[in-house]
Amino acid sequence: MIYREAGQFKSTYASDQAIFPITQDRVVVLLAVAAAFLVPPLFANEYWLQAILIPFLVYALAALGLNLLTGYAGQLSLGTGGFMAVGAYSAFKLSTAFPWLNIILVFLLSGLIAALVGIVFGIPSLRIKGFYLAVATLASQFFLIWLFNKVPWFVNYASSGTITAPGRTVLGVMVTGPNATAAARYVVALSFVVVFALLAKNLVRGRVGRSWMAIRDRDIAAEIIGVRPLRTKLLAFAISSFYCGIAGAELVFLFLGSAETLAFDITQSFLVLFMVIVGGLGSVLGSILGAAFIIVVPIFLTNVPHTLGIALSVALLKQIELMVFGGLILFFLIVEPHGLARLWQIGKEKLRLWPFPH
Amino acid sequence: MGILHAVLVAPFVDIASNPRFLAEVLIGGVASGLMYSLVALGFVLIFKASGVFNFAQGVMVLFAALNLVGLMDLGVPVPVALVLTMAIMVALAFAIERVVLRPLVNQEHIILFMATIGLNFFLEGFGEMIWGANVKKLDVGIPDRSFITAGIQMNQLELIAAVTAGILVAVLAVFFQRTRIGRALRAVADDHEAALSIGIPLKTIWVVVWSVAGLVAIVAGIMWGAKSGVQFSLSLIALKALPVLILGGFTSVPGAIVGGLIIGVGEKIGEVYWGPLVGGAIENWFAYVVALAFLLFRPQGLYGERIIERV
Repeated sequence: MIYREAGQFKSTYASDQAIFPITQDRVVVLLAVAAAFLVPPLFANEYWLQAILIPFLVYALAALGLNLLTGYAGQLSLGTGGFMAVGAYSAFKLSTAFPWLNIILVFLLSGLIAALVGIVFGIPSLRIKGFYLAVATLASQFFLIWLFNKVPWFVNYASSGTITAPGRTVLGVMVTGPNATAAARYVVALSFVVVFALLAKNLVRGRVGRSWMAIRDRDIAAEIIGVRPLRTKLLAFAISSFYCGIAGAELVFLFLGSAETLAFDITQSFLVLFMVIVGGLGSVLGSILGAAFIIVVPIFLTNVPHTLGIALSVALLKQIELMVFGGLILFFLIVEPHGLARLWQIGKEKLRLWPFPH
Repeated sequence: MGILHAVLVAPFVDIASNPRFLAEVLIGGVASGLMYSLVALGFVLIFKASGVFNFAQGVMVLFAALNLVGLMDLGVPVPVALVLTMAIMVALAFAIERVVLRPLVNQEHIILFMATIGLNFFLEGFGEMIWGANVKKLDVGIPDRSFITAGIQMNQLELIAAVTAGILVAVLAVFFQRTRIGRALRAVADDHEAALSIGIPLKTIWVVVWSVAGLVAIVAGIMWGAKSGVQFSLSLIALKALPVLILGGFTSVPGAIVGGLIIGVGEKIGEVYWGPLVGGAIENWFAYVVALAFLLFRPQGLYGERIIERV
């Protein structure tokens, strides 16, 4: 950035390995997080919170989960939607069966259930690799959705086949269900993203993350130097599904309010994958930037002709939206295949030398 | 005990008690399997020559069918419309090579895969914007009639599709094995750099491969369009072709056919005899489970190139 680390000497290993080694960075990030907690709930209107910020946070968590699996551990997965569904349906079952259970705990437990399912569907990854694995993970996507459609127990025998988020409180404030304010739901979603982004950042810096990256870069070589592929790959599937499961639960409880299996179909899996790729594979910040990009672009595209005063039919609008969306993805991949995170990094390096680049 | 009996015994009793019905199921399975193969072929061609997992193949099928139907609706006679559609698919191949593949050369496979998904969205919006999103009937003169031979009900359209798939594979095999450009394609599939160094133009090869995949998409589009109408859902058959693909192996043309047959027959038998036990509608995931079970024993698919792993 425009400031430098001159004069900030590291005298301990701990301070040398801090996530944000430069004091200014640390202050800026802390201020940004504080602003994220305070500004939108106080000043943003209902539309902004409900239509943009909450889905952004929910998908950021899912993208974070997929990025751990695909970006760090190198296992291409197209089953994200299925794992999100596991989280959502577990949260629904848990919160209706045990109404006294704290909703935060419900989210975490449904994440754990999703992690177990993730381990089961991660087993083929030990033998199947690359695109074969990607197609194989589609099996989990289709099977899980079919299961939730077919077994009425999952929806508490509701004839409509939908799950509806019951109203639950945290510290006396209603955070889920139809009576919760958008601001309360936003704060819960934000807290999850902040905590789990920090967790992910530390995870990938440590032993676990290093063994994931070793497996990603060359699994046989990793095996030879003592990384156990079975444990490492399954752990990646478990943790990734844990994140996705919580995101799925949030999708229903904090964003949609009620949902059926259609909300978790294959397009969700692709959407989250897009976020990861556009944001940057193997980058925690990238997952969040990617989620923001993919959430904002369609909203932007829908609103542009409206504000310009061009009247288009709904069908035509949708087709143009698809074209522009596809075109944008192509454009981004061609301009910067390593995603928004790389752009940010390049920008930072440029700014460091600015205004004397030589 | 009751469950075990229902799963392990009763379906086989069913099968044995009515062989004629079984034959019908089998023929239906073979026919639909060949239809999947037609789509899977397009995937294989592109993956073989350029290592790109082209997710947009399903939409290319839709796009080809949309163009064909659209031109026919404008009053263009069938042969002319067919030639025009071919020209459009070749032009599309040129455009894809120039705009998408060339700037992304040497990128990781996953990036190219994502690019084809972007292409998928783009083509879907583009095709529907030009020709409209409503369901269209494709009628190129193939009758969709059923008739009965030796007491077994058969469908003329499916038979024609089967014959077409067979001819297509034969033509492709000759093309790959006997022609100069086919040899060049195989060389590129083996080793990009070696192929380049002996003077095979990579760009031309890619255009050729994507054109051939486009032509295969037209055939698949005609068959599927005649069967179920031309509409958005046509692009979803890509998802049906994927298990065929991993079962047969990404790089094998015969694998696409054999994989298609196994998936088609397995799916029909599973749906008819075991489906009712779990409430039906299993065809969405059953194919994937069949493919997965095969893969656990042969990770490269039936005919895929043997995976040799070294450090």
